Amino acid sequence: MAFVIGGLFAAGIYMMLRRSLVKLLIGLALLTQSVNLLIFDAAQLVRARIPIVPEGEHALLPPYADPLPQAFILTAIVISFGVTSFAVALAYRALRTVGTDDLDRIGETELS
Amino acid sequence: MTDLLLVLPVLIPMSTGILTLLAWRRRRLQRGLSLAGAAGLLAAGVALFAEVSGPGILSSQIGGWPAPFGITFVADLFSAVMVLVAGLVGFTVALYSLTSIDPILESFGYHPLYHFLLMGVSGAFLTGDLFNLYVWFEVMLVSSFVLMALGGGRRRTDGAVKYVTLNLLSSTLFLVALGILYGLAGTLNMADLAGKFAQVSASQPVGVLRMLPMLFLIAFGIKAAAFPLFFWLPASYHTPPIAISALFAGLLTKVGVYALIRVFSLIFVGDTAYTHTLILVIAGLTMVTGVFGAISQNEFRRILSFHIVSQIGYMIMGLGLGTPLGLAAAVFYIAHHIFVKTNLFLISGVVQRLGGTLDLRKLGGLYATRPVVAGLFLVPALSLAGVPPLSGFFAKLGLVQAGVADGRYLIVAVSLAVSLLTLYSMTKIWNEAFWKKAPEAGAREGARPDADLRAPLVPVALLAAVTVVVGLAAGPVFGVAERAGAQLAHPAGYIEAVLGGGSR
Repeated sequence: MAFVIGGLFAAGIYMMLRRSLVKLLIGLALLTQSVNLLIFDAAQLVRARIPIVPEGEHALLPPYADPLPQAFILTAIVISFGVTSFAVALAYRALRTVGTDDLDRIGETELS
Repeated sequence: MTDLLLVLPVLIPMSTGILTLLAWRRRRLQRGLSLAGAAGLLAAGVALFAEVSGPGILSSQIGGWPAPFGITFVADLFSAVMVLVAGLVGFTVALYSLTSIDPILESFGYHPLYHFLLMGVSGAFLTGDLFNLYVWFEVMLVSSFVLMALGGGRRRTDGAVKYVTLNLLSSTLFLVALGILYGLAGTLNMADLAGKFAQVSASQPVGVLRMLPMLFLIAFGIKAAAFPLFFWLPASYHTPPIAISALFAGLLTKVGVYALIRVFSLIFVGDTAYTHTLILVIAGLTMVTGVFGAISQNEFRRILSFHIVSQIGYMIMGLGLGTPLGLAAAVFYIAHHIFVKTNLFLISGVVQRLGGTLDLRKLGGLYATRPVVAGLFLVPALSLAGVPPLSGFFAKLGLVQAGVADGRYLIVAVSLAVSLLTLYSMTKIWNEAFWKKAPEAGAREGARPDADLRAPLVPVALLAAVTVVVGLAAGPVFGVAERAGAQLAHPAGYIEAVLGGGSR
């Protein structure tokens, strides 16, 4: 699991460092995915009971699957979906107005 | 009642945003709603501040679940001050945008986005849970992305790409830090974490314990534009319309600073010799690079953008000192900075309208033609540089006192030198834009030297008045900041307010 996350991170960062705007987006998407996996992993993957308090008890019995990280991940997925789609729209807009997806050439406006 | 008071600063912008969405095609109605909503937020801020400055820290569990499980909203004095200032800035910028914003942008949904942005900002100030902080950050960022890119154009798109990429990266890092922190401590409620993290620290290797604060420092550092992660700010803040960049300049980076102060005064307090010294170093470097960046620029808004960076350094310096006085000065500084910087950006808008450009080399002679504008520029500019009796002087005085009391003379010397350089670059704007003779008058296209400025100058004058009042009434205002600083430095009250009684 750790290797998968690390690999995804590395791939994401590598893609972000390329000059192409589209690859930047792919990199961002990869990064968000790897973070979701990381949260999943950091909260410990165990084969465990469902998190329902059994009858006659007042608290959860120790080996239970923590539902909270999954809620975090769900939220993070929704947010990253929205943000990524915005970024794609922005990239399309950049492509239309500037006529290139090369980040260096887009940045040339900065000098003028 | 207190519960309602706590959620109102979030609820009001949200309903305003929705109502303005419903009034999509009716521009006048949208404008009226927008202004009313912003005024409502200001009123809610005042009410919250009045409530918090009396009995103490308010907390509320939404949904009625007890503290570490429910959704916590907390307002201590620091949060209340921030919400109040955000309301003030939200109101004045809304007022300004009525006179300046392009009708085309309005038809693309400027008003709804504006209020969703304010919702994100006040949510971030009031939440008591780190994951909710992340969500509010995203609410704020998504609105700001769209505002930044609104209307298109080559420069704006270019600025937006940088802004979006770096902020997404910082959100990702924040999420990584959250995941690891949850794995360690099993909770993300800030008050709960304060205790749990100390317990967990005992059994963890020092590497993990140092990595976590560093991840938070990087994530919030990007958002707060601290050294060496500030590049996106001067590269993007000068591109959007004036009203939008004024709002961004005033509020967005300060949310990052707020988060830094909250996290490093509440949770990561075990290893201050390491973390807070590092923060002090970052603070010094941020000040210096920011101000040198400002000196090298020749465009009004770019100079101001670099000044944001340098001012962020002062705020983190207060945090790095970590003493109650240092934190108090940081609180005072943030509040002062928000309205002064917003004011300067608004004035840059007025200047642009007069001169048709913001390039200092092409501006000039505004003092002769428009002495009122020049005077209104001078108030926040001198306040920013720290000239008495304006608010900036007392903010810096507090920081210097805190630094000397703590024996950190180097950072004190740096901060004083930087404030001199700030004065220098403000003088440069003054000389170039207002004092020197206008270069071949009227040659610029789009310049409207005889424009009617009464309407746009109202919010500017309002903020300038606030600066002066805060400066003249520095005693009581600093008293409030001191109590806020004391609450930050002794988080026991905060923890008890959240975990103790639950909703009161």
